[in-house]
Amino acid sequence: MSDQITNSEKNKITDAPAMRQDTPIDISGEQDRILLEGTQRDLYDFKDEEREEDFYRIEAGLTEEIVREISREKHDPDWMLEFRLKSLKLYEQIEVPDWGPPIDGLNMDRIATYVRPKTDMAGSWDDVPEDIKNAFDKLGIPQAERESLAGVGAQYDSELVYHNVREDVAASGVVYTDMESALTGEYEQMVKDHFMKLVPPTDHKFAALHGAVWSGGSFVYVPKGVKVEIPLQSYFRLNAKGAGQFEHTLIIVDEGADLHFIEGCSAPKYNVANLHAGCVELYVRKNARLRYSTIENWSKNMYNLNTKRAIVEEGGVIEWVSGSFGSHESYLYPTSVLKGDGSHAEFTGVTFAGKGQNLDTGAKMIHIGRNTSSFIDTKSISKGGGISTYRSSVEIRKSAEGSRASVNCGSLMLDSESRSDTVPAIDVRTDKADVGHEAKIGRISDDAVFYLMSRGISEAEARAMIVSGFASPVSKELPLEYAAEMNNLIKMEMEGG
Amino acid sequence: MADKLITIENVSAGIEDEDILRGVSLSIGEGETHVLMGPNGAGKSTLGNVLMGNPVYKLSGGKIFFDGEEITGESADKRARRGMFLSFQNPLEVPGLSLDEFIRNAIRQKTGKPIKIFQFKKQLAEAMALLNMDESYAQRDLNVGFSGGEKKKAEILQLLMLQPRFAILDETDSGLDVDAVRTVSQGIREYQKKEDGALLIITHSTKILEALKVDHTHIIVKGQIVKSGGPELVEEINEKGFEAFL
Repeated sequence: MSDQITNSEKNKITDAPAMRQDTPIDISGEQDRILLEGTQRDLYDFKDEEREEDFYRIEAGLTEEIVREISREKHDPDWMLEFRLKSLKLYEQIEVPDWGPPIDGLNMDRIATYVRPKTDMAGSWDDVPEDIKNAFDKLGIPQAERESLAGVGAQYDSELVYHNVREDVAASGVVYTDMESALTGEYEQMVKDHFMKLVPPTDHKFAALHGAVWSGGSFVYVPKGVKVEIPLQSYFRLNAKGAGQFEHTLIIVDEGADLHFIEGCSAPKYNVANLHAGCVELYVRKNARLRYSTIENWSKNMYNLNTKRAIVEEGGVIEWVSGSFGSHESYLYPTSVLKGDGSHAEFTGVTFAGKGQNLDTGAKMIHIGRNTSSFIDTKSISKGGGISTYRSSVEIRKSAEGSRASVNCGSLMLDSESRSDTVPAIDVRTDKADVGHEAKIGRISDDAVFYLMSRGISEAEARAMIVSGFASPVSKELPLEYAAEMNNLIKMEMEGG
Repeated sequence: MADKLITIENVSAGIEDEDILRGVSLSIGEGETHVLMGPNGAGKSTLGNVLMGNPVYKLSGGKIFFDGEEITGESADKRARRGMFLSFQNPLEVPGLSLDEFIRNAIRQKTGKPIKIFQFKKQLAEAMALLNMDESYAQRDLNVGFSGGEKKKAEILQLLMLQPRFAILDETDSGLDVDAVRTVSQGIREYQKKEDGALLIITHSTKILEALKVDHTHIIVKGQIVKSGGPELVEEINEKGFEAFL
């Protein structure tokens, strides 16, 4: 990630009028209570006490011995152990990024890279241990599955505790399994051929870290021509204190196939740092289509240093939909490599940085094939001193004649102490390309708040409506229940201090 | 005074330390239509905004009563829930919030009751038809990309849907062509008829008044009401202009 994004253009508005703060927000009205129902932070922030005897926890820190022990625990094939050790060496050699939010608060000596609930992965929800089941039940999983999903995987700390796919989906040849099973089962060669090929451990320090200590995640293969009508979902919960989560998601959508994959993430808040350095590798074959949606709501002590990348063959389509709400600091720039002629990528994202948050998010598009097209539409919101940085890179190589790219980023600052920066980089190496860029940074308008209030809408609700409206390009792209969850998160962040 | 719907008592107000209104008093009874006219900068819009509780304007003196209760200092949403309404001179654009969703939300917050969707849709379609608004506007983002005329129609649409007891129309006719003025005033007439609602029409032209029943006219100059009278005052202004009252 650190390679291309260097050019910077700061659009911070400093002389805009300060927001009116003298009017107390009225949340006493009955309607407001109804609206706020179910949006309390503790919906996500609850933590389950981990009894020592129920969990295997590796000692904190990062040494060769620890990596070997993780590999042993996970019954890796030999090549994977070698891969881990090679990655560890790279991790030790590569410097931390010298751009983006400071990550001094992250001390790897204090992070336990592997915490495994002492339970086998269950194929039936009834078999999941009671306390873990309660945690997921509170988050609406697998209720969501019963209602609208083709398959669900649920990861708790470092391992998947539950995995299930609908019979009709499995019968069509779709493979949806945990990475560990994929690694030792009939898809081992396919995993070996693709694992960290798109995001090599040499890519950056935390990709190397991921290569060394990765655990959990999902493997999905959609065979040629199979269109999965309803989404698959993975849910990641990091419950352990002072731990890291390093799940690996590998998805291959074969020629002419179609898939929507949704991932959700959350964690309770602790007063020590937690780390998420997952890796997502998406292979979109000829004329295939993949939509990858994420609602991320990590707690505010999380360092989210995640790497996501897709490679798209001829005529293929990748669509990213991304909602980033949580974490203390994030570095997140899903990348689309448009390799095949006529391939297409879309990135639609919203980022909400509240108090104590520094979220550096955006997208990266690499046009290689002819007549490729990409479209970025992002909204970032900052509040309570939060910092939201939009960072992107659009690269159109010489070979990518006839390509089109468009970048549209909007920022909304909800008060005068918050900050929003825009750092878009565009690198075009052919004359035969069409590139557009539009950036808007603004504050929530007092006149608009008054306008809504003059119709009987409370001030808090008026602000939430304006912010939800601002974020609507993203919520419109999500399935209904996730859009509702996103709007709840926005309301929750609007209420939170 | 007690039987008046809205009473303004010696109100002075402005932005920061400078008063724009300087001791304005005015009472409007249930179902009455008052017209407020005056030259540019006289304080017409300020009065509308002060009545609705726009926090940009600070009161330096006076009181406002609605339905016998003092509402001075009350927030705009509470005033709206009492049954007050302001049609904006420059309606704001809110991306991502559709016109019908906005109206539905406003009705729900105002009444505190869930909306009956079928009835709401029927009522909305009728009101839009009356205002010559294309149905597609209901799904469009509030005022975003609306022409000046469509914005004003959308304001009157909200007036008809929210059914307030007292509405302030701030320059609703400004920037409209003849046809649009006719359509908008048809909407206003519907409000007068159906809700028996009180109105304060702020305008500096008299075109919009032609088709409306007017009970009282006030002329405001430099933040003070210099003359009040019946509908005949509108004619007088038409003939002489504001010069005579300066």
